[in-house]
Amino acid sequence: MTAARGDQPLLRIRGLHVAGLSEDEQWRDIVSGIDLDLRRGEVLGLIGESGAGKSTLGLAVMGYARDGCRITGGEVVFDGQDLLKLSERRRRRIRGARIAYVAQSAAAAFNPAHRLIEQYVEGPVQHGRAGRARAIADAIGLYRRMHLPQPETIGRRYPHQVSGGQLQRAMTAMAMACGPELIVFDEPTTALDVTTQIEVLASIKETVRQSGTAAIYITHDLAVVAQMADRIMVLRHGKLVEEGETEAIMERPRQPYTRSLWAVRSLSKEEQPPPVDGVPLLSVQAVTAAYRSGEPVLQDVSFAVHRGRTVAVVGESGSGKSTAARVITGLLPPRDGRIVFDGRALPDSLDRRGRDDRRRLQMIYQSAETALNPRQTVGDIIGRPASFYFGRDREAVRRRVAEILEMIELPASYAGRYPGELSGGQRQRIGIARALAAEPDLIICDEVTSALDQLVAEGILKLLLGLQRDLGLSYLFITHDLATVKAIADEVVVMHRGRVVEKGLRSAVLTPPHDPYTALLLASVPQMDPHWLDRLLAARASAGASL
Amino acid sequence: MGGFLRILRSMPPTAIFGMVVILAYVFIALFAPLLAPYGEAQVVGAQYEPWGEQFLLGTDNIGRDMLSRLFYGARNTVGIAFVITSLAFVVGGLLGLLASVLGGIFDLLLGRLVDILMAIPQLIFALLLLTILGTSVPVLIVVIALLDSTRVFRLSRAVAMNVVVMEFVEAARLRGEGLWWIMRHELLPNILPPLVAEFGLRFCFAFLFISALSFLGLGLQPPTADWGSMVRDNATLITFGDITPLVPAGAIALLTVAVNLVVDWMLQRASGLRR
Repeated sequence: MTAARGDQPLLRIRGLHVAGLSEDEQWRDIVSGIDLDLRRGEVLGLIGESGAGKSTLGLAVMGYARDGCRITGGEVVFDGQDLLKLSERRRRRIRGARIAYVAQSAAAAFNPAHRLIEQYVEGPVQHGRAGRARAIADAIGLYRRMHLPQPETIGRRYPHQVSGGQLQRAMTAMAMACGPELIVFDEPTTALDVTTQIEVLASIKETVRQSGTAAIYITHDLAVVAQMADRIMVLRHGKLVEEGETEAIMERPRQPYTRSLWAVRSLSKEEQPPPVDGVPLLSVQAVTAAYRSGEPVLQDVSFAVHRGRTVAVVGESGSGKSTAARVITGLLPPRDGRIVFDGRALPDSLDRRGRDDRRRLQMIYQSAETALNPRQTVGDIIGRPASFYFGRDREAVRRRVAEILEMIELPASYAGRYPGELSGGQRQRIGIARALAAEPDLIICDEVTSALDQLVAEGILKLLLGLQRDLGLSYLFITHDLATVKAIADEVVVMHRGRVVEKGLRSAVLTPPHDPYTALLLASVPQMDPHWLDRLLAARASAGASL
Repeated sequence: MGGFLRILRSMPPTAIFGMVVILAYVFIALFAPLLAPYGEAQVVGAQYEPWGEQFLLGTDNIGRDMLSRLFYGARNTVGIAFVITSLAFVVGGLLGLLASVLGGIFDLLLGRLVDILMAIPQLIFALLLLTILGTSVPVLIVVIALLDSTRVFRLSRAVAMNVVVMEFVEAARLRGEGLWWIMRHELLPNILPPLVAEFGLRFCFAFLFISALSFLGLGLQPPTADWGSMVRDNATLITFGDITPLVPAGAIALLTVAVNLVVDWMLQRASGLRR
């Protein structure tokens, strides 16, 4: 089938320019002069940091530009037709039928008020590919191929009744509904846990391979793209940096930028010797906690953080990691157990904790977007703890803010900016700065790097390590990413369903023998080796068959 | 200043029109004694004199100059409406913010109380209260402001609820900030755009409401000039083909339209939509 149409590529993009309206009402190029060729049945990986123009390019493939963006030049030739020259009506007939799109957040892309199957049949019926009954039968077949549980009935559920991974697969099935020749995947697994990510990746890979569909796979995760793509394009600032066959580019990246992307994965902290016996700075003792009167979210959780050390709490979402942080900070009083800080039991509830207790225990959040007040300047955000806890006057606060900005490697002039005027990484630095301004002993870092690109995340981790060295800080580092654990942790606590399943020094936890859940987590982390996924699936299949 | 000019340039013509009309009303209201040819309650001619040189818009049912009363009416109607709306926003906004921050039983009780107040038709409730309490200006202001504040409460609570769950509010709580700080510095700046837009709408409703009450005889009491009672007092003229009563009615309509044009523009700006 692939050879029938000869050598003509399915998609040919030449000199594509997409411009976006920036804050100051100027049109600036987001994608500038991209050339791209895609053969039938080929999977192309697009990789780059956020703001590189990956998603904009992905949408432009369908001849579409977001609100506030417009395609300003070039051609997008799909199967011999330039999409940019077609009328909107003709383009619409191609979208969904011959080119499909899978968005990053399935939860946001599905209409919560309709059942999955209803949303599935819309496409085929609209495009006249199948009647309702045929479409439903097709859907069940696709659900089965995507390994969704109970394929006959899962379509009857509403989006909130299935898990994130299942929803992402249901959306992929929806994209396949009209038998498209090309599917654009825009970071389909970024929001998922490692263990769920594997299932989705496997389903996507298998389905794409079986149906011979061409695909463009957008992601910022190198290891993921290595599993999925035949060929990789590296983008930066809307321009092509490097392009090549997956194996070649993974083994021998030519450009310095590509090499720097590759290098991030290898960041690793030297392990410190085990803590000398003494009073830990923070000790969580047999804590059980629940929201309202529901099932306990934490059961008998105990661990300790020693001065100047980093303890990573690892687990998939729903394992109780963040709840543990809420109990420690006092936002959620535990049902049972206690929190001992510097040899003294802290009151359970936040209201009864003294100002100094609060000061010594600070928190940094995952999403700096919601953690920083968009209507306060950086100077106000950092300055508030500096004046609140230490009663400094205006001038002293200003000096202190400048000092802290220097510590987090930002120029002092940033004090006058608003969070909206900063990049994601800079915002996260301001989150760190706010914690530093309280001059704490312990900082709880809740997934602080998971919303960031690898390069930016590496910068943040290095900054945190440097601050720890200079100020003797202790960190409680909540994460689901094992590469981050390797980069920063001295000790690891593995949590699963509200319980601690394994804890100890990093080397002890990360080297066999493992607890079965730890083993699953470790095995699920994508490796850079392009054959890793295939091998893992083969191994799991044979293990399953032998049972 | 430069920012202000840039905003001015980016305004669509409808918003500029609205702004000009509002400024003209404010100007007339402020300088009514200087602009009006006669006094507010001064009887200067015969009943229902036609439009002419001496009385530009004629005289009313007891021989007072219509134009002068129109100018003074701007002062009374618009001024009192402004005070009412401000009061409604202070009370409703404050309680709405408190309900969102405190939550729990306080939010529940206040919410139900507001439900009860809103369940009674506003006009009938106002008529009832004014009949009981009398129709002085302070009573009028307090009664309408109280009724209006229920809607402001609903809005500010709903918008603030979306902000309260943000992590920067949690961070402020963890830091140990007091209630007032959280409301003033963390919440208020973030909910201001919808509140400002609502202020414009509520302002319209307030002076329409005063006009309606005046028309029914329970609003501002004579001889105070206000547009609602001016329509009522001279309504009979319509049957003789004289459009004089439509002038104060038109004044009300024009201000309503102007305020809404400006509010529309502000809403659009606040929502960040681009064309």
